[in-house]
Amino acid sequence: MSEPNRAPYDPDSRAQSAPGAVPGTDSGPAPRVELTSLDTLWFQVAGTVCNLACTHCFVSCSPTNRTHDFLSLETVRRTLDEAAGLGVKEYYFTGGEPFLNPEMEQILEATLAVGPATVLTNGLLLDPERCHRLAALAAASDYSLDVRVSLDGMTAESNDAIRGEGVFERAMAGIRHLAAAGINPVLTVTEVHEENASPEGKERFFGLLRELGIDKPRLKVLPIFQIGNEAERGGAYESWQRLREGDVPDGSWDHLQCSSCRMVTDQGVWVCPILVNEPSGRMGATLADSLDTYPLEHPACWTCHVYGVSCKT
Amino acid sequence: MAQRPPQSRETEQRARLERQRAAAREKLTRHRGMATWGETLVPLGEFRKAAETVGRHLSPEEAAAERAAYRAPRPDPAPVEGPYGKIAVFGGVYSNHLALAALLEDAGRRGAEAIYCLGDLGAFGPNPEKVRPLLDQGGVLTIQGNYEESLATGAEDCNCGYTDPRDNHFADISYRYTEARCSEDFKAWMGSLPRRRRVRVGERELLLVHGSPRRINEFLFESATPVPYLEVLLDQAGADGLLVTHTGLHWHRKLPSGRDVVNVGVIGRPANDGRTEVWYATVAADADGELSVDLLPLAYDWQGLAAEMRAERLPEEFVQTIETGWWTTCLEVLPTKERARSRF
Repeated sequence: MSEPNRAPYDPDSRAQSAPGAVPGTDSGPAPRVELTSLDTLWFQVAGTVCNLACTHCFVSCSPTNRTHDFLSLETVRRTLDEAAGLGVKEYYFTGGEPFLNPEMEQILEATLAVGPATVLTNGLLLDPERCHRLAALAAASDYSLDVRVSLDGMTAESNDAIRGEGVFERAMAGIRHLAAAGINPVLTVTEVHEENASPEGKERFFGLLRELGIDKPRLKVLPIFQIGNEAERGGAYESWQRLREGDVPDGSWDHLQCSSCRMVTDQGVWVCPILVNEPSGRMGATLADSLDTYPLEHPACWTCHVYGVSCKT
Repeated sequence: MAQRPPQSRETEQRARLERQRAAAREKLTRHRGMATWGETLVPLGEFRKAAETVGRHLSPEEAAAERAAYRAPRPDPAPVEGPYGKIAVFGGVYSNHLALAALLEDAGRRGAEAIYCLGDLGAFGPNPEKVRPLLDQGGVLTIQGNYEESLATGAEDCNCGYTDPRDNHFADISYRYTEARCSEDFKAWMGSLPRRRRVRVGERELLLVHGSPRRINEFLFESATPVPYLEVLLDQAGADGLLVTHTGLHWHRKLPSGRDVVNVGVIGRPANDGRTEVWYATVAADADGELSVDLLPLAYDWQGLAAEMRAERLPEEFVQTIETGWWTTCLEVLPTKERARSRF
């Protein structure tokens, strides 16, 4: 077990260590991103609690990680009220594993009354009964409900090396149950295996979905963030992988999801879904607190800029 | 060296398995009482205490003021056109000059005093240059769509943001075809088009844009565009109504505030509903000051268009859509509900 080895947190310490831009080096102040509009609101609805402990998890979720805990239906309702007043366009739910949250289905019902919802799940808790209840929730709403199921390889061997033994078969069963209930999931894969993102790789995932009875297959590919468990698995960031003032050209801010999203956890509102394990990613207690600029200091911000990452579908 | 006895191999195997199990157990339980601060484990309380101090702490009054400022109208230099009693509005011509000709006749017959086009003149269809003289003849007031923006700026693609390789393949074919057949003069004209117009119909001031007031290529699909979002858009725009296109699917919603939002659909290809007609809208002021919105199916010579597309050797997939009313490409952007109603 690692020992705590941090100095007491000082929010100004980074600013102090970056006294000014030095051309050609990796020092200098980070650019600040403005919130153009709050379009996408994320909920860390299961906190960092998961029934898996994937080797590439950038938020290091596990059955015992309670850095962020479950969100209550009451907190979600209160946030939805504030979000509606700010005109949020779409809601996303992640964790951890969202369906570990005992109030998850009521949370989805409350959300689908005010806008479209997407759940990011590992598929392990998608039994036939739950899938039919989700289909009924979707049918009762004017808005779309999407279920995104994560997979990291086309075979049990390549997938389970990342996600854990037996996970491939169980996720496949979850997808089959969704399809049987009339829900067309979006398969989400990361670039943990290079071939996942290639056109041929994408076609193979489409083929896999067709075999499971889904005739309109849908796929979302995400890059890897070299943080959390992934730092140990694939290597951490190098010191040059940082954004400095001037790195984001005018007209490119739209490509950064933090210009149009926020993340709600039981600890407050964070700037984006990636930085929830950094206290410095927190922007306040309410959405109003979070309508502020944010310094792109973290190396993960570099990944978002360089790869044009968006976590939404 | 002598061969090791089988027992020792078994013992070794057992030991290895036990080590693997212990590692798995450690992985599943290592966070007990601890938080992950980046890659470091710290006591839960330490993370939470640190997080608490970060960010803004607005008072309830400051928060209310912040939210009000966010919703407040933003200045819009676009001049207000009109007032009109009735206008016709369409989008997404996609080089379908036969539908455009039919529209000009239909809108005239219905008494439209002005005709607005919300952009996307090219894509899918044949001979894009045939569209421009019709727009001129009909006195159509046009807004720039993402297609015009891309063609005028010499961009690589239509900026629809597809990720499915098949969608990108077909989007690329139609973009390259259109780009090669539009004159420099036509492209320069596209670049000169305004990105928004404000039009008065009766007492109501409407904002006309291509995708959304925020982004030229933002999709406003019915099942993915919530009511509270539209109320805020209209507050920020300081408008009584909003007219958009870009998605290819038409819808109309009367908001709780009494304001109207209309996606006028497209006249370039059918609405993915198994019908050959295409769609546009008329918006009129009625006697009690309300807006009267009609979404109208438009019949046109689709057989003629299909023949011309084949003569131009455009992909059979595009022709099939014109003939059957079902989309065969660019489906990935559809939200779940719209995709479920789709054939492909």
